Formats: sequence, C-alpha cells, structure tokens
Amino acid sequence: MTKDSPVVSLKEVHKSFGALKVLDGVDFSVGRGDVLVLIGRSGSGKSTALRCIDRFETIDSGEIHVCGHRVDAPDIDLRALRQDVGIVFQSYNLFPHLTIEQNITLAPVSVKRMAKAEARERAAAVLAQVGLAEKLDAYPEQLSGGQQQRAAIARSLAMQPKVMLFDEVTSALDPELTGEVLKVIEALAADGMTMVMVTHEMGFARGIADKVVFMHAGKVHETGTASILAAPATPELAQFVGTGF
Amino acid sequence: MGGSLNANHLLFLGHGALWTIGLSTIALIGGGLLGFLIALARVSPSRAIRLLSGGYVQLIQGTPLLVIMFLGYFGLSALGFSISALMAASASLTIYVGAYFGEIWRGCIQSVPKPQWEAAEGLGLSRTQRMIKVILPQAMRIATPPTVGFMVQIIKNTSLASVVGFVELARAGQIINNSLFEPFLIYAIIAVIYFALCFPISALSRRLERRMGNGRTKLMPA
Repeated sequence: MTKDSPVVSLKEVHKSFGALKVLDGVDFSVGRGDVLVLIGRSGSGKSTALRCIDRFETIDSGEIHVCGHRVDAPDIDLRALRQDVGIVFQSYNLFPHLTIEQNITLAPVSVKRMAKAEARERAAAVLAQVGLAEKLDAYPEQLSGGQQQRAAIARSLAMQPKVMLFDEVTSALDPELTGEVLKVIEALAADGMTMVMVTHEMGFARGIADKVVFMHAGKVHETGTASILAAPATPELAQFVGTGF
Repeated sequence: MGGSLNANHLLFLGHGALWTIGLSTIALIGGGLLGFLIALARVSPSRAIRLLSGGYVQLIQGTPLLVIMFLGYFGLSALGFSISALMAASASLTIYVGAYFGEIWRGCIQSVPKPQWEAAEGLGLSRTQRMIKVILPQAMRIATPPTVGFMVQIIKNTSLASVVGFVELARAGQIINNSLFEPFLIYAIIAVIYFALCFPISALSRRLERRMGNGRTKLMPA
C-alpha cells in the first residue's frame, strides 16, 4: 500500500444471500483520514457492504482492499485485518459480564499481548476521549444507551485501528442520546481517523462526510461530496433525502 | 436381617444413600467433563465434528438408561471384559449424563446473542479466546439453572444402577424389603430420602432461575 493509495477500496463487489442479490458491482474507496458516509434505504446493501469490509460477510466476486489486506482472499489473516479495522455496531455489543475497563483491555491484552498496566492506562485514555473517564469500573448495564455506545467506540479505539467502521451506531438511541455519540465521532473525524459509516442521520452526514455514497438496489447509485445531499442528481436520492424531484 | 425395621436397616439405607450421592458425584463430574467436550463439539466449525457429536447425543438420548446400564455391565462381560457394578454404573451414567449436559450446554452457548460473537470477532480475538473470555462466561450463567435442575435427574437416575447389582439407595431398599416384606414402609422411607436429597437442589435451581432475571447476571439485549 503506497502512501496515497486508498485505505479502503471496493471494486466490482458482488454478494448474494441465496437468490437475493444484495451487492451488485459496488465500487468505492476511502482515502487516508477521510470520512465516507454510506446512505440508502433499508435493504439497499449499505450495511452488507460495510460488513464485507471487515470480512463479516464473504463476497461472491470482486476485490476488497483494506489497509493493505486483500479482504476477499481466502487465506486472509483475519486477526491481522481486525487489528487494523475497528467496528462499532448498532447494538453496542459490550460484554455484559465485564466492566467497561475489562471490555476495553480485553483485546489489547489478548490480541496485541499488551501488558495489563499499559492496557489499563490506554483504557483510561480512550474513555476520557469519549467523555466516560469515571465509568471505568461500571458494568455495561449501569450505563445509558449513549454511554454504552461511546464505551463501545472507546473499546475499538483502544486497539488503535487504522480505520473505523460504524454501522448505524445511533439507530438504537433516542435523539437526546444520539447527539453525545455523534459528537465523539465528529471529534474522531477532526483527529484524522479514517472512517466508513452507515447512518440515517442526514444532518450529521452533511457536516462530517468527505464523501457520500448513496446505495440503491445493491449498487452505488450516486456518489460525491456532501453537497449531493443538497442537490441530488438522481430522483432516487432526491426522494431518499426528502427534497422531492 | 429379618423381623421388623430397626436401626441396622436404617444404617444400611444410609449407606446406600451415601453411594447414591457418590454415584451422582461421579456421574456429575464424568458427565460434566464429557458434556463440556460434546457441547464444544456441537458448535465446532467442523461439520464432521458437529455431525459426530450430534449423532452421539441422538443415540444416547434415544436409548433408555436402563439399556445403557445393561450394555455396560452384561454386554462388556459377554465380550470378555471384567467390569465391576460400580464401574459399569459410573461409565453408563457418565455416557448418559454427558449427552444431556452436552445438549443443554450447546443450547446455552448458542443462546449467547450472535452480536456478542461478532463483537469479539471484530476485536480480533481468536476462536478460543472468544469462547473462553466472552461466550463461555455468559453461557455459564445461562446454564446454571438447567444444570442444577438436571442434577436432580442424575440423583434419581442412579437408582437404575440397582439393575446391575450396585447397592445404592434403591437397591438397599430392595434388599431390606426382601427380608422384611414391608414394601410400602420401605419404599416410603426411600422416597423421603430421595426427596431430601433432591429438594434442596430443586430449590436452588429455582432460586438461580429467579436470580438470572435480575441484576448483573442478565444478558444484554441483542
């Protein structure tokens, strides 16, 4: 991977679940430090595309390159890939039997063989970064939804990934709690983190995206800077963002 | 023995009850170890291992324990292996309990929400690390009430060891009854002893089930 080559690139990616074609020749790429926002209706393939980047789904054909890893290769080192890619899910998925600190230190200690003391220091640092410094010893169930999602982001950050994937991370939150999570993501973007996110928060997408990819029927239907949300070129995107056409 | 029920008879029943507890413990430990391996095999990524372990569970669950006991004792003897009643009963119960624990625990492992597996995978944890550090601790909490509940079945099933001549509680009662001819009295006493052994465990199982619904033992929603 050269300095200027994309951190994430998908080329002609096809994916079906049985007879259902979910991805139909998807192409997009994300440069270092860029934020790519994937938007589209439910079932348009955006979440599947995101999951393919971290090899939670295998593709039928095409190529996916992430941080120098050939993700579609059958012999890919998944553990190495996942050390470079952090993923945050809609349902937080914190481990309920572990404290927030244990949730965060688990992977650095187990996967990166980091010393426990160093992992604890890192846990404290990433929790401070997401505004939860005082929640080290709390269990997930003692946190609000927004706090849990921020802790989940901190857990991913502790692995110092090169790219972060966000899969509708605010969809399970009420509007009041959504804001606190989005602020954390904005701060990450400002720090230069490369990100790919699936979201329905159009206002947020406008403010944060370097590139917007609108997916429709398994294809990249329209792509461009955030300005395409204000001036869609296709009726499908216009209808999606509610501007009429 | 002979005449009416006396302290010696009760001591003999007590001795039988101790062997019931002993045999239950052997079945619990042996069946527990086997069941753990079966449970892991049932969720193995290898289809062959899943099929093999699934076949074992089907075979044992479809065979009465009584038949397994007979096969263990008389079958192995017929093949020329010398096996004591205790060994036959222990092996049969271990095989039987292993299949049931394996199936109970497979269900518990698989009932840990899928997003938990994915979150662990997304952090780069190996399959073994995911199992040990994320899935099994949660599965154990789910498994505790049914496991404790099944212990009651184990205790009661040890009574079948009497068919191969092993003197546990039920067999001790049979022996006393053969000399006293007081079946109602003898078997009522045996029932009371079984109840005394099983009731605390049933109560513990119910209590654990209630606790599962509260506090930190509750699983996060998927």
